[in-house]
Amino acid sequence: MAQAALSADNRAVERRRRLGDNLAGWGFAGPAILLILGLSFIPIGWSFLLSLTNSNLVSSGRFIGFDNYKALVHDPLLAKAFKNTVIFTALYLPAGLVGGLAVAMMLSRRIKMIGFYRTCFLVPFIAASAAEGLLMGFIFDPDFGIVNSVFQRVGIPRQGFIQSPGQALVVLAVVYFWTQFGFNVVIYMAALQEVPPDVIEAAEIDGASKWNVFRHVTLPTIRPVTYFLMVWGVIETFQFFDLVYTTTKGGPLNSTITLVLYIWELAFTFFTAGYGAAVAYVLFFASLFVIVVGLLYGRRRGLAV
Amino acid sequence: MSVVDAASDLHRARIEEADRLERRQGWRRMMPDPWHFVLFPLSIVMVLPFAWMFVTSFMTDAEINQFPPAIVPHSLYLGGYQLVLGESDFPRWFLNTSFVAAVVVVSQLVMCSLAGYAFARIRFAGKRFILPLLLATALIPFQLTVIPTFLIFYKVHLINTLWSLIVPSLTSVFGIYLMSSFFQSFPKELEEAAQIDGCTRLGTFFRVVLPLARPALSALAIISFIYAWNDLFWPLIAITSTKLYTVQLGLTTFQGQHRTEWSAVMSGTVLSTAPVLLIFLIGQRRFVQALTGAVKG
Repeated sequence: MAQAALSADNRAVERRRRLGDNLAGWGFAGPAILLILGLSFIPIGWSFLLSLTNSNLVSSGRFIGFDNYKALVHDPLLAKAFKNTVIFTALYLPAGLVGGLAVAMMLSRRIKMIGFYRTCFLVPFIAASAAEGLLMGFIFDPDFGIVNSVFQRVGIPRQGFIQSPGQALVVLAVVYFWTQFGFNVVIYMAALQEVPPDVIEAAEIDGASKWNVFRHVTLPTIRPVTYFLMVWGVIETFQFFDLVYTTTKGGPLNSTITLVLYIWELAFTFFTAGYGAAVAYVLFFASLFVIVVGLLYGRRRGLAV
Repeated sequence: MSVVDAASDLHRARIEEADRLERRQGWRRMMPDPWHFVLFPLSIVMVLPFAWMFVTSFMTDAEINQFPPAIVPHSLYLGGYQLVLGESDFPRWFLNTSFVAAVVVVSQLVMCSLAGYAFARIRFAGKRFILPLLLATALIPFQLTVIPTFLIFYKVHLINTLWSLIVPSLTSVFGIYLMSSFFQSFPKELEEAAQIDGCTRLGTFFRVVLPLARPALSALAIISFIYAWNDLFWPLIAITSTKLYTVQLGLTTFQGQHRTEWSAVMSGTVLSTAPVLLIFLIGQRRFVQALTGAVKG
């Protein structure tokens, strides 16, 4: 009898506690949750609906089914933008990962001045891409740029750089490498700290060569981080905008037009918002495809990334 | 067990011998690590463009335009800065960006720490379902949502106001995740003690938890400041009148207007880069911790 009353009492307390938890939880997190989900999922749905219309941004346009998607298959500029984005990623990403890992390994040798180096490498990552784009446009200016004057001094012919259709994308990849390098280094440095030092020491004492230690101990340990940096790199390069906007704006001759630049032009300078939304969807699925393939590949290798 | 002990004894002996060898070759320690010969030039190359930006901001255009350009300015020319600060809207853009960044930072601190705390400590309905949903939104490229986001702000008449820049950055998945993982690593006993002493949840949060969360909060403040200050894509779309430009947006118009006045353009980039660099140099340790912590978690 007394016990039943007690447990009923407990249940009431428990219920009140749970109500309090729900109220507190939603009170604390609710505004943030609503804002983030609202500004993500409403636009995603809206974007899809928009991609089925011929909206010109200010008026909502007419429903035209999948005509936008049909049109984009034959859009030479989209093909160009897609190709440029893929080439840009292929130019930057392997170099970014290998370079980042190499320097991170040099810095994990208990070397002196580590703080100085890390600061130097991170500064380009911190500064705004817009300012860096202006700066690099100046440095690689074919007429007044310092790079061409140095080239001339040492006897290399002057180059067109960002004003040459053949070189502009390569120069941008180099500049992008410069801006992202510090991030790759810092992430790899943290990953290398997780490599158990006694395993390396044991392998070394047992006569394993440095290359073998690297190949069979270090690389497998940091592989999840490599996958992370790859996926991250693809996401970021597929969203590449600020640098190209402040240097070439897609030129010369569309040689540096990227997917995001093209979407921006479609929606906000040509006012073909419906078509722009369709292109944005293609971009989304392209990057999602790369991410999923990357994750599946990682999982097949027995990794929980 | 004894085999392991013997092995580790042997291991230790070998290490000691290696140490002795190294001590005997003491002169080697005087030599710098050879990798400095790679790292030092590389780090200089990394910051050289900024040094060049700084130097040229004090050069006359004649000095910059001469070919090859002078490496050191002949005198301290301030015309570029005078033009940027006196004759352009740059000071206004600087204030606009400062205002946006300040509101964003304060709001990120409040909203992300509240939400992060809820996800780390409070059991509320729907939490298990919402957390992965939030993290998934981090994979959505902004380009996919930007056109409707513009339309939403257009419909509520916030386009072309500074609020259109503030509202999307009031909180962030990154910030919530950062704060939540910080609170998870935090001893529960303090909060329990405060609650037993009769503190409400909100009281516990503000009086006990937040003061101890200073490291995570400062990391979040630094990162959200840098992000708000540096953004270009969204301001480019959301702001149309020159008076409401942010620094980065204003800079891009410099390029066209002052094509030949490189000293002015470079003065502008120096002034726009200075605040982020300053904040980064002050809070570098926290910044790196947050960056690497978020990735590892």
